Amino acid sequence: MSKKVIELQNIKRNFQVGDEIVHALRGITFTINEGEFVTIMGTSGSGKSTLLNTLGCLDTPSSGEYYLDGISVRTMSKSERAILRNRKIGFVFQNYNLLPKTTAVENVELPLMYNAKVGAAERRNRAIEALKAVGLGDRLEHKSNQMSGGQMQRVAIARALVNNPAVILADEATGNLDTRTSFEILVLFQKLHAEGRTIIFVTHNPDIAQYSSRNIRLRDGHVIEDTVNKNILSASVALAALPKNDDD
Amino acid sequence: MNGTNLFKIALRALANNKLRAFLTMLGIIIGVASVITMLAIGQGSKKSIQTQIAEMGSNMIMIHPGGDMRGGVRRDPSEMQTLKLENYEKLRDETNFIAAISPNVSSSGQLINGSNNYPSTIYGVGLDYLEIRQLKIESGEMFTEADIQSSAKVCVIGKTIVDNLFPDGSDPVGHVIRFNKIPFQIVGVLESKGYNSMGMDQDDVVLAPYTTVMKRILAITYLNGIYASALSEDMTDYATEEISTILRREHRLKDSDEDDFTIRSQQELSSMLNSTTDLMTTLLACIAGISLIVGGIGIMNIMYVSVTERTREIGLRMSVGARGIDILSQFLIEAILISITGGIIGVLIGCGASWVVKNIAHWPIYIQPWSIFLSFAVCTVTGIFFGWYPAKKAADLDPIDAIRYE
Repeated sequence: MSKKVIELQNIKRNFQVGDEIVHALRGITFTINEGEFVTIMGTSGSGKSTLLNTLGCLDTPSSGEYYLDGISVRTMSKSERAILRNRKIGFVFQNYNLLPKTTAVENVELPLMYNAKVGAAERRNRAIEALKAVGLGDRLEHKSNQMSGGQMQRVAIARALVNNPAVILADEATGNLDTRTSFEILVLFQKLHAEGRTIIFVTHNPDIAQYSSRNIRLRDGHVIEDTVNKNILSASVALAALPKNDDD
Repeated sequence: MNGTNLFKIALRALANNKLRAFLTMLGIIIGVASVITMLAIGQGSKKSIQTQIAEMGSNMIMIHPGGDMRGGVRRDPSEMQTLKLENYEKLRDETNFIAAISPNVSSSGQLINGSNNYPSTIYGVGLDYLEIRQLKIESGEMFTEADIQSSAKVCVIGKTIVDNLFPDGSDPVGHVIRFNKIPFQIVGVLESKGYNSMGMDQDDVVLAPYTTVMKRILAITYLNGIYASALSEDMTDYATEEISTILRREHRLKDSDEDDFTIRSQQELSSMLNSTTDLMTTLLACIAGISLIVGGIGIMNIMYVSVTERTREIGLRMSVGARGIDILSQFLIEAILISITGGIIGVLIGCGASWVVKNIAHWPIYIQPWSIFLSFAVCTVTGIFFGWYPAKKAADLDPIDAIRYE
């Protein structure tokens, strides 16, 4: 068995809304090992956003234990969690969240800007490497408003890769993209998976589960299904099967 | 946290919004420029007044007869005969705080040299008069102690007299001119001093030994006044007090009697004029200071809007590992950069505006180095003070809400 990257033990998260207590997570327990490509699925209100926030160290659970790369997160302060996010997690968002009027390289450099150990030259080299890894080696100096949605999402993925994180958290990473571009991004995720990266992909699109190695389904704050996908489909095959776009 | 990186981040954020940054700066620029210009104008007029007073002799003390009542009628001080030559001699011998002292008697009349004549005033003075009034002999020399002893008919004249009596430009030294039919030999010419702050021509003077004026022109035994100069400006008060004591004793005044003389010092004049210009400077500085505060509020306003506008960016920065302190520092650095850059531009514009005022309006201008430091310091403090609240607001954002902020 390979190394445990994420270990959740009976995670509960309650929110106080007015007089009522909303139980967003009602005891989640699972472990994700290094090199897994996990999709977390569930309908709206199932608790997947809260779970993602918890996994991403943006939020702390009300009870239960969360170990990220062997480190207990629950008792950490805000600043400590910020540093942990900086070193261990790469986020990919639905709406890319690139800095406006900023070049691709500068966007990718951003996480390293908050890491004092990385010097300017190393920062730039690593950013360029990450952009090459997502196939944007020729668009280093393009500004975010000069790029298409797919390209912007690739920049965002490069940004998630640049700190060499323990886990990449993707939140509806293909939600804003058309089918073809979505598959291109999925191809990229599968490539990263093949390189041994740990990926957690939160989505409500059931199709995506077929391209991941494992699928966790949530409902009402519980895990209702946790299955390993024996038969992983290849996104590049699916992409090739798509009818050609005229404007592509 | 890495300071250099935060500085770079703040600089990039500003560079992405050049116009907005500049407009924010504008308030500070105008504020600083007006502080510097206003202070320069205020200090300039103060300094020019001080210079003029110094030219007149800032240590000067003037003693005049006065304040006497005869039968209920207050009399014109110039008619008073209470200041005697003996008083002058006592003062000269007994005071400790006086560097120079000279009696003063004056008479108006017509000066005649051949076909040229000019109405002027002849001042009978002692040798110290030059030192007291800060006068210098340009050509020839001052009359001597021997001239005073012998009531010699010699005089030293100012430039205005030279111009009027010797229009052909010949050297007046050695010539004999007449004052009210009495011949005076010119022994020296004074260096020009121009007009004083009251608009009086300081070159329109004829100086002669006081004995000559008293005996030969006026035939009087009293003095119109005594001029003295204190050892230093600070000692003017001691000197005034000492003179007062001696004169009261000499005039045998009882404790209940009021002075029959008046003592005025240039210090009084200068403090009066200074208080006027100080008031003006304070008013100008207040107006300018208000514009600086308005500029600061401008920074706060823009930073505040900017935090709301950039909520998603802040959320993103937090999700990739920026701590609250990093976000706080970034926004604070942005605010300080804006205010300091605005401050530098404001200083330049302020100095430029002062230069323009000096060269076009010909106002006296003096830029005090401390006014530049002051406005600079105020700028930085303004940046921190008005940048703090928006920066704190940004740092306190919840990354979960911020990243999904629409």
